[in-house]
Amino acid sequence: MKLLFDGIDEPGLNTLEVYERRGGYDSLRKALGMAPEEVLANITDSGLRGRGGAGFRMGQKASFLPHGDIDKYLVCNADESEPGTFKDRELIQKSPHMLLEGIVIASWAAEINRAFIYIRGEYAHQADILEAAIAEAREAGYLGEQILGSDHSLTLVLHRGAGAYICGEETGLLDSLEGKRGNPRLKPPFPAIEGLYHGPTLINNVETLCTVPHIIRMGGEEYAKLGTETSTGTKVVSVSGDVQRPGNYEVELGIPSRELIYGLAGGPPEGREVKLWFPGGSSSPVLTDADLDIPYDFDSMAKAGSMLGSGAIIVVDDSHTVLEVAMKLAKFYAHESCGKCVPCREGTNWTVKMLQRIQSGEATPMDLDIMASVQEQIIGNCLCVLGDAMAMPIGSMIEKFRDELEAEIEAARERADAAALTDVVALGFADEQPDDSGAARSSEAGGRAGGKPEGPIPVH
Amino acid sequence: MSIPVPRFGHGSRVPGWDESVDLSKDPAVVPDPETTPVLPELRTAITEAMAKYPDRRSAVIPALHAAQQLHGWCSPAAITQVAAVMQLTPAYLTSVATFYDMLETEPEPKGHHDVYVCTNISCSLRGADEFFDAMIAAAEGEENVHVRSFECLGACDIAPMASVDGEYVGPLDTGDAERIVADLRDGRPVLKAKQLRFRKSADPEVAEAASDFSPPPPQAPRPDTAALPQEGETLDRPGPSAPIEMPTEDAAEHEGDKQ
Repeated sequence: MKLLFDGIDEPGLNTLEVYERRGGYDSLRKALGMAPEEVLANITDSGLRGRGGAGFRMGQKASFLPHGDIDKYLVCNADESEPGTFKDRELIQKSPHMLLEGIVIASWAAEINRAFIYIRGEYAHQADILEAAIAEAREAGYLGEQILGSDHSLTLVLHRGAGAYICGEETGLLDSLEGKRGNPRLKPPFPAIEGLYHGPTLINNVETLCTVPHIIRMGGEEYAKLGTETSTGTKVVSVSGDVQRPGNYEVELGIPSRELIYGLAGGPPEGREVKLWFPGGSSSPVLTDADLDIPYDFDSMAKAGSMLGSGAIIVVDDSHTVLEVAMKLAKFYAHESCGKCVPCREGTNWTVKMLQRIQSGEATPMDLDIMASVQEQIIGNCLCVLGDAMAMPIGSMIEKFRDELEAEIEAARERADAAALTDVVALGFADEQPDDSGAARSSEAGGRAGGKPEGPIPVH
Repeated sequence: MSIPVPRFGHGSRVPGWDESVDLSKDPAVVPDPETTPVLPELRTAITEAMAKYPDRRSAVIPALHAAQQLHGWCSPAAITQVAAVMQLTPAYLTSVATFYDMLETEPEPKGHHDVYVCTNISCSLRGADEFFDAMIAAAEGEENVHVRSFECLGACDIAPMASVDGEYVGPLDTGDAERIVADLRDGRPVLKAKQLRFRKSADPEVAEAASDFSPPPPQAPRPDTAALPQEGETLDRPGPSAPIEMPTEDAAEHEGDKQ
């Protein structure tokens, strides 16, 4: 069943003309004919859970906003930067009006008159398309004062970011939108009470808002029949990594994960096996090939010890080592940590250094225990979940692939020892009597081969 | 970030690292708009951006983007100009500029090309690190081409990929590095056959449905879609995720003549 991706490749769908011909903005007309409470009730009945990562129920979130005549804001989070996720990009690029329609309906439901779309700066082409769509919608009266003759008015501003993963976190995004460094804020107060410019703010992901017109069209209860009882509806899943057909696939929640990875995305290349996979972006704890038959929905993933996250499956096959994957992840989170909370700033950096120790053959299996304990001390101890986002997958890798990591430690030590020996032979020390100076020199050579940092540490 | 601080092997900073900072100056001075010369186009861009938000400070990122466009990077001069128009301190603006990856705080020539190579997990599983090395080698000696590795750019379906002046291209192999540099040097659209904007959805059902669509009525090409392949060319793809074949330069010109 396709909702968001229904006809997504129709030529010209990004124009108002084609979108309207396909029934676009009919849901908005329907919604504006209802009372805001009724629209909100439909969203609540649909059971729609946020598609950005946390999976919080949208209807509930919108109902937290206070009523009355105060400045309230709606912010669409289009800062899609979770590694492995590219669903919002395709939705914005191919069907920008669906997003705009969702924004107008959601703002009507929560009685909001001012909306922002925060799009990541890297999506230049998508932002241009969105900008053109906003101009068209404004021209046609779908945005602005008294939309389609109703009481509802909405101004919409497209805001381009400048490249920071942390700005996908809702409070970091708000700070960035206010023109500051994108540092997350302490919660509570939650944005629904005090968000952008200290006003109540509803923040939703692109895909969540794109789903709203379909909910209004079908009716909330009808939409809730799709998917499973607690994970309703369809989800656009980004499948990437070691699969034959990487891409976005819209599926009903609750289908077996194997169907997604093997059926739709074609599985790993010929002759390769799935070694591990991330079910919800690089921040989710990893699963193995034994977990391939778990249904793909919020609760089943949580029960399996992972999470659905942003709905991005990254598949790693057996041609890659766990160490190399862990290193990529740790370096990414160390680079993107905003530096505000110590456990995250230090924990991510030290995890990188400990992984480098393994690579250079200086680690012992005990380092794995230390690394695991560092991960435990990050989780739950920071303002936002960026640190957790590294700690959870790295922790799960140590837990599930301990044997492989220990073997890697041993192999790296042997490599370093062998390299040290070659160095000694090459330098001609091997023939010398093992006097003091010779021993000192060979240990020096061993240290170099072991990859100890030479000279100043590069500045990041 | 902008000035590399020399460090000892154990990580401490070598004494004297802060000597270039003039501590006698007050960092919290807003430049005088009367005496600070500002490029007129920059002033217009910033004023327009500030008008869009309830709080003018929200326009900091758009303003720095605009300044970078004109100056090549967020140079001290660029920061001062933005500060004068926005009535903020240069220190505040620098703190913002150093936070974001796309705002350059190291000297880059005006009008340079940015090549961001995604080296995050999905791309690196498919050979992004090798491509990045090839790209660095290909751009060696090209002053106007600025290559850097970047975090996930959100296009893992075309991994390994890169963003060339904002244009997403992929999947890349090491041979494409030279072509990207050549295309940039000659001012051509970069790797036209591998641009993301022409790619169809990977979802097989969607691809099937797309072939049933009636052709859209003729209309004037819009600026953002003008470069898209014309109808018919996209509709009969062999595989669900195969890149769309681009018409040759001559054919494209010929078609342009017809319209």
